[in-house]
Amino acid sequence: MEKKRKLTIAKAMSEAIALEMRTSPEVLVMGEDIAKLGGVFGNTQGLLDEFGPDRVRDTPISETAFIGTAVGMAAAGMKPVVELMFVDFFGVCMDAIYNLAAKQSYFSGGNVTCPMVLMTSVGGGYGDAGQHSQALFATFGHLPGLKVVIPSNAYDAKGMMAAAISDPNPVVFMFHKALQGMGWLGTVPRSITHVPEERYTIALDHAHIVREGRDITLVGLGHTVHLALDAAAELEGEGIEAEVIDLRSIAPLDRETIIRSVAKTGALISVDDDYHSYGVGAEILANVAEQDDLHLKAPLKRISYPDIPVPFAPEMEHAVLPNAGKIVTAARKLLKESAHV
Amino acid sequence: MKPLQEQKLWMYEKMVESRHFEDLIKRAYFEGKQPVFNMAKGPLPGEMHLSDGQEPCAVGVCAHLAPQDSVTATHRPHHTAIAKGVNLNAMASEIFGRANGLSGGRGGHMHLFDKAVNFCCSGIIAQGMGPAVGAAMASKLRGQQHVAVAFIGEGAANQGAFHETLNLAAVWNAPVVFVIEDNAYGISVAKRAATAIERNADRAVAYGMPGVFVPGNDPDLVFDVAGEAVARARAGEGPSLIEIETIRLEGHFMGDAEGYRPEGEKDALHARDPIKLYRARLENQDIPPADLDKIEQVAKQRVSAAFEHARQSPAPVSEDAFTTVFA
Repeated sequence: MEKKRKLTIAKAMSEAIALEMRTSPEVLVMGEDIAKLGGVFGNTQGLLDEFGPDRVRDTPISETAFIGTAVGMAAAGMKPVVELMFVDFFGVCMDAIYNLAAKQSYFSGGNVTCPMVLMTSVGGGYGDAGQHSQALFATFGHLPGLKVVIPSNAYDAKGMMAAAISDPNPVVFMFHKALQGMGWLGTVPRSITHVPEERYTIALDHAHIVREGRDITLVGLGHTVHLALDAAAELEGEGIEAEVIDLRSIAPLDRETIIRSVAKTGALISVDDDYHSYGVGAEILANVAEQDDLHLKAPLKRISYPDIPVPFAPEMEHAVLPNAGKIVTAARKLLKESAHV
Repeated sequence: MKPLQEQKLWMYEKMVESRHFEDLIKRAYFEGKQPVFNMAKGPLPGEMHLSDGQEPCAVGVCAHLAPQDSVTATHRPHHTAIAKGVNLNAMASEIFGRANGLSGGRGGHMHLFDKAVNFCCSGIIAQGMGPAVGAAMASKLRGQQHVAVAFIGEGAANQGAFHETLNLAAVWNAPVVFVIEDNAYGISVAKRAATAIERNADRAVAYGMPGVFVPGNDPDLVFDVAGEAVARARAGEGPSLIEIETIRLEGHFMGDAEGYRPEGEKDALHARDPIKLYRARLENQDIPPADLDKIEQVAKQRVSAAFEHARQSPAPVSEDAFTTVFA
């Protein structure tokens, strides 16, 4: 029997980066606390020791400067992997991301590319309040020129990181704090998976059907994939077979896989932990609603984070975050009203 | 570091070329925009920021650069692009939004990229500074001696990006030169109303790098100071900050009524037109006027040919809007 290597997403990310650094001298890592500390979220552990301070560079707390610098390095043909510690920090450096990195190819007619990876943590649920707990998927997914991906488990994280570093475009590589595998944050056990030692890639433009089912489609990304899987397990006991799709990427969005699934199940719940309005769920539902040949047995439904800042007190925060129970309740209601159960 | 005669003549030629470029822009820009000014009309829609008067900054610095060296420029980029050797035909085509422009008409005049000479610019104040540090660091990490220059206006010195990148460049000893073209105005706001200190060059002290003020909008002085800064960067001795006193002979953009200028200021500025002054200096240095005439003629012909090329080039098709978003 094959020996299992159980890794966290953090470890899988650093392993993927190390593999790319070994074979490509153009790859380097920059960001706050990514060298000696190995990243606040552990995703650059061991890199400084192996590759040294020229290629694994702690930066000043100057996101505008070092993300802009990464864009210039990428224009020169290097492949910087940069960390923006919390996605909530994008406000101080967004120009470098959406006006420089995202438009470098377009403004040069494809002559100058921008092969860089921007790693950034997302998500709350651990009492860090409204400036360190946001998801902001849609904020980035809305902007042309960026790829925006998020793994739900360690196997995916390694393959998606390899693909992201090899991609000639800027890739915003989000990782969810509830899945990262840092002891101090708590981790969904299912995100810790077997990870092969060798290099492999996972395509950044394909969603992944993680559980097949005929009755309803549950779409999630990152953490909410696990909420959807938990909900699917509970619904199974009631005779409801839920299909669960892990988006893996919101830009590009694998619209086909979602449509195909909904064509089969006739019902959809989108689940994400970003703000509700104009969000990931809105895009997924619109994508399905625009199809004229789908026969839906229930209204489309989105579960997301309400349009409020993330509150500190657990009594408030936990109540407003998506969870498996909310998905189960919504699925029951949709299918009951549709009288197909 | 004094320019050799051939370097002086090169600077003169590039200044004339740049000015003629802007002169032809001026003529084309108002086509279709009269009698009622509508920015969307004519062969050159959109904002247009002319560099008249600021040519010494571009030529004095770029005289020290090779194609492998990188330049990031501002929303007012034509003089810098021309001095850096950007393909003139492709640049003119881009500004006219033609299919054979630098980016096939996707960028326009504020977003000129020419990979062959490592030139780019951005329409957002101070935001080219990070990419310049990146180009410089790429060269350094590869063991090359290429340098990068970030051109900015004096208004950019009040941006966070200015302070962040100066600090980062100093911490990493990046082979980069930061050049402030101080034309005394951020659109309509006078520098003295927006900047807490008299000399932005003094801000270099805060980041442990040399900061040099160049008075008088003088190409030879810019050449001298920039030569030292570029040599310093090439030798691995780190970044420098240069502040050049220059003048903006036109408005912030074309169509700017410039009501914010004190009376008589424009006339005084035109009396200090750096191209006229530089020609007079060259003549005083016994360069035959006929030689200078010849240089002017050749430069102007080159620009006219580029504009002719642009005007005769095909427009992009609308489908082109959807390509090159991703590599």
